[in-house]
Amino acid sequence: MTQTTAESATRKQRAQIRVRTLRTDRWWLAPALTFAGLFLFLIYGFWAMFDLSVLAGPYIAPFSSPCLAAATCPEGARLFGFAPFGDWYTLPPGLLILAFPGGFRLTCYYYRKSYYRSWWLSPPACAVAEPHRKYTGETRLPLILQNSHRYFFYVAVVIGLILTYDAVLSFRDENGNWGHIGLGSIILVVNAILVLCYTFGCHSCRHITAGRLNHFSKHPLRYKMWTLISKLNARHQQFAWASMASIVIADLYVRLMAKGVINFPFA
Amino acid sequence: MGYKAKFRIWRGEGGEGRLEDFTVEVNEGEVVLDVIHRLQATQAPDLAVRWNCKAGKCGSCSMEINGKPRLGCMTRMSTFEESETITVTPMRTFPVIKDLVCDVSFNYQKAREIPSFTPPADVKPGEYRMQQVDVERSQEFRKCIECFMCQNVCHVIRDHEENKANFAGPRYLMRIAELDMHPYDVADRKESAQDEHGLGYCNITKCCTEVCPEHIKITDNALIPMKERVVDRKYDPLVWLGSKIFKRQR
Repeated sequence: MTQTTAESATRKQRAQIRVRTLRTDRWWLAPALTFAGLFLFLIYGFWAMFDLSVLAGPYIAPFSSPCLAAATCPEGARLFGFAPFGDWYTLPPGLLILAFPGGFRLTCYYYRKSYYRSWWLSPPACAVAEPHRKYTGETRLPLILQNSHRYFFYVAVVIGLILTYDAVLSFRDENGNWGHIGLGSIILVVNAILVLCYTFGCHSCRHITAGRLNHFSKHPLRYKMWTLISKLNARHQQFAWASMASIVIADLYVRLMAKGVINFPFA
Repeated sequence: MGYKAKFRIWRGEGGEGRLEDFTVEVNEGEVVLDVIHRLQATQAPDLAVRWNCKAGKCGSCSMEINGKPRLGCMTRMSTFEESETITVTPMRTFPVIKDLVCDVSFNYQKAREIPSFTPPADVKPGEYRMQQVDVERSQEFRKCIECFMCQNVCHVIRDHEENKANFAGPRYLMRIAELDMHPYDVADRKESAQDEHGLGYCNITKCCTEVCPEHIKITDNALIPMKERVVDRKYDPLVWLGSKIFKRQR
């Protein structure tokens, strides 16, 4: 095949239309909303990472769970009472764990689409020219590291299960007796469900369960799992946004309760 | 009820050209291709357009309508406002032969670069036995009508002509995925998908899926699964270790 360059004769044989796009619809709206949504999430995440109000009654703030630092995690917030980071660690507990769910979302195939489009404009929308002169995609560092997604998925499963465990514990009262229910319990349960739907709908999960096989018929159980995960995967984008919103709502709710801002009987 | 629609159509040869304005009659139930044919019959007899089936199944009349890759025969005029000026250009990733007709030989070249279906040496034609669940995943990809709109919209080559030598494009990466998922294909396609056909260039922004007139989930069902298979082969040390310990064929 003849080598071509951006200014080659072959390039000049294309229709020489000088405008960036001829689209007449509001193609910029989706990337603009995505940019705003992700930006707000990052702002909140940055604040929550350094906030120390992690426990309110039986509720544990999702951004700080599992809470692993003895000095900054109250007794009730520790996973199984376990705090592997001793008194020497005095920084906020969120700093210890947020790289993992953050990395899971950063390398997620859906989020890649969303930030490549809205943050990197590569491309901002279909049939809208990107501003970059060169493009190598995910063929070299640093973007080749996106291939580590499945490892973040493994950790994300553990964190999803811990959030589920936290949601179950929210049905105990402050004294550890079962039977309590409050708005916080409901919020944490909904959050855990959405996070699990997002996590198990991941493309890597779909591949690991059976996507890598060529003979589904020889592995009926894995094939059944693959069909279930494929259903979740078809809504991966929706679960990505829903779980992002729910985790912010749940986290903010618990922190505001811990600060005494939210204080009503059914909280 | 008919009305007069305003059209701007690319006219020219070999890249040089301009958008020309036309006012043309539109009748109820018509599609863009009908209107272009009326233009040919009444105002621009030398206007070149490639078409064949007028049923969205041959993939010939791919063009860009108001900047979006569309099939002319499947784009209803009723989707536009009567006052709207409709801009029609050829696909912008390929060289123009004349007016709306492109030279799409890039795609044929890429098709030839992919090794064909390779069954095991000891299985003869007529001896293939496959269950429906084993083949239905790749049957989705067989719906492709080769309109090349996915190739056209993919920014990897649309915005970067220099990548054409190293990137097969979504249509042919989907073909590689189809063969790699085939129960009887034994060719090693994972390394070559990444190293020779440029799978790593894909940043999964899903424009190929958005424009596919057959609604094939190119990104979710072909390109991402293929990327994951490449990870198995090239980037996942656990899979490598597992294949050594359990002597699994990779």
